[in-house]
Amino acid sequence: MSTFEPRIIAFCCYYCAYSAADLAGSMRLQYPASIRMIELPCSGKIEHNMLLTAFEEGADGVYVAGCMEGDCHYLKGNIRARKRVEYVKKLLDELGIGGDRLEMFNLSSAMGPRFAEIANEMTERIRALGPSPLNKAHSQTEKDGEDA
Amino acid sequence: MSDPATQDGRKFTTESKLEKLFARGEFVVTSEIGPQKGASADSIIHHTAESKTYCDGFNITDNQSAVVRLSSIAGAVHILRHGGNPIMQMTCRDRNRIAIQSDLLGAYSLGIRDVLCLSGDHQSFGNHPSAKNVFDIDSIQLIALVKMMRDEKRMLSGEEMKDEPRFYIGAVESPFGDPLELRVMRLAKKVRAGAQFIQTQAIFDVEQFAHWMSLVRSAGLDQRVNIMAGVIPVKSLRALKYMKENVAGISVPDELIERMAKAENQQEEGKAIAVELIGKLRNIAGVKGIHIMPVSWEAVLPEIVTRAGLHARPVID
Amino acid sequence: MIVAEQKPLTEIAENIKDAQKVLVVGCGGCVTVCLSGGQKEVDILATSLRILRKKDGTPIDTATETLERQCDKEYVDKLAEKVQAADCVVSLACGVGVQYLAERYPDKVIIPAQNTKFIGGTTEHGIWEERCALCGECILAQTGGICPIIRCSKSILNGPCGGSQGGKCEVNPDTPCAWTLIYGQLKRQGREAALGEIFPVKDWSKARDGGPRKYVREDVLL
Repeated sequence: MSTFEPRIIAFCCYYCAYSAADLAGSMRLQYPASIRMIELPCSGKIEHNMLLTAFEEGADGVYVAGCMEGDCHYLKGNIRARKRVEYVKKLLDELGIGGDRLEMFNLSSAMGPRFAEIANEMTERIRALGPSPLNKAHSQTEKDGEDA
Repeated sequence: MSDPATQDGRKFTTESKLEKLFARGEFVVTSEIGPQKGASADSIIHHTAESKTYCDGFNITDNQSAVVRLSSIAGAVHILRHGGNPIMQMTCRDRNRIAIQSDLLGAYSLGIRDVLCLSGDHQSFGNHPSAKNVFDIDSIQLIALVKMMRDEKRMLSGEEMKDEPRFYIGAVESPFGDPLELRVMRLAKKVRAGAQFIQTQAIFDVEQFAHWMSLVRSAGLDQRVNIMAGVIPVKSLRALKYMKENVAGISVPDELIERMAKAENQQEEGKAIAVELIGKLRNIAGVKGIHIMPVSWEAVLPEIVTRAGLHARPVID
Repeated sequence: MIVAEQKPLTEIAENIKDAQKVLVVGCGGCVTVCLSGGQKEVDILATSLRILRKKDGTPIDTATETLERQCDKEYVDKLAEKVQAADCVVSLACGVGVQYLAERYPDKVIIPAQNTKFIGGTTEHGIWEERCALCGECILAQTGGICPIIRCSKSILNGPCGGSQGGKCEVNPDTPCAWTLIYGQLKRQGREAALGEIFPVKDWSKARDGGPRKYVREDVLL
């Protein structure tokens, strides 16, 4: 299990998390290579189905990073994003994937270290949870194929 | 069908004992029996024997709180057989107009002479919350229907019948329900529909009830219907608090809660409170009787009636 | 609008367990407005079903389509090819849409993905409330525009009952007592005296109790 490197998709708001990632880079802060970032014009752009699709296509964990509450460039985008994340968490529980694999974070563009911290935190969480049940099934089929 | 019974040269609408007592100006006392949740009338028979000389009639409830129990018609017949005078409760929750009329005919044929018309507690409070309710007609329409069958010898459809059921018609009212103006208006509506006696929801707040009665009197309703004030003897502080907090239409003053809390023996205090309430309520102008509801404490009735000075119940020849 | 709520995924999944190709069909009418069966919900449901089956090692293919309305034959006809290609069809329409699909495509198993709840409207974003009982004989003129049939828990026509307290229904403290509302409304309009009249019994034969109903407009028949 210790060799398991999770695939994590981070949907990042252009105004905060995405810039915070840049800052983390220029500060030479280390964060795991497991994180694949997708830039959003606002965390409120996230849709339920985008989150689900990320899991369907192989993510072991997903998170959405938006601005601090009250600081959304579009006023309420991050609040809406949180509600959608909460909804999809329940759906993931129902689907047997587990709502813990999805999270919502808030940070500002000045929080480079926080960005790295979130990336580490999420990687640790998913590592502890192990591969997504979809990926387990997938690797199992691949292995069966190899054996044959 | 013979003409309605006559006495003292006075015409009665029914053969009901209650009607005669009210006509004679007696202060009428009724009580209540809740049937068992089983196919036995033991408790009904027991309570009838124990209390029949302490009241003029027993309400027999119709699956109260929407909990399945032995039917009110069967219960009423058991009371009759054991020398009591049943007041059959009938709700609109479980029967459509066909079943209601059929049950009224059946009940009358079995000797039941008094019926109390209610909407019925919503099934969500009972032991079958997933039941479908009926509410084909409502309690006021039920009152009007019982009267129509009796006075016009017709069914709701207008069809005539030969042997009509001649019930003395009762209804309930909640003096502390909201909105107050509408409550008095609705009582008037029940009277207009045909209600001849009214049993009120349990009263703990005498002052508030007296105010309601003053509204009733100014509407002249006390002259047109016999109002019986409801009293629930309460066994414990917990029961009193429960009613204050959970039962719609019951208002319990804080003083009463404090008094109960301080009591050394809550059961005894509960009896004392009930006796005092009866004493105060009967002195309010327009109150023609008391309806005592000893909810799962039926055995207390004789003592309360005796202590309230109401034991010597009048006899009808 | 007709308000519907999606069934639990497990129930839908159980009903399609033998299928490999599933067509998920939404409706652009009421259920789009009440956010339970439009294009978005179609996509979410299709993805969810694929995830569920992939996880179970029995992956499925899904196709999706959202019709203008599922309660019109003209639109339902347009699905023919996609229905042909599918093993079964999951409908996110109300009960009417499901039946229209079932009538048009009798050889296919049509699975409802919704519990059709009531006729109502939005009281605030994300909250829908029932407003009409479809009783077939509207009495709103007499009741101040507030329907006691559907908004009173006991459908009482001469209310309120004893369970009304503080303007709320005892069945649910979140529900206003319909008769308190009616009284307030009629009083505002100076019409409250009308409540003294006994409201006659209702003719339920005009409602569902009379059997499935039909409405015919001779002048527009083709």
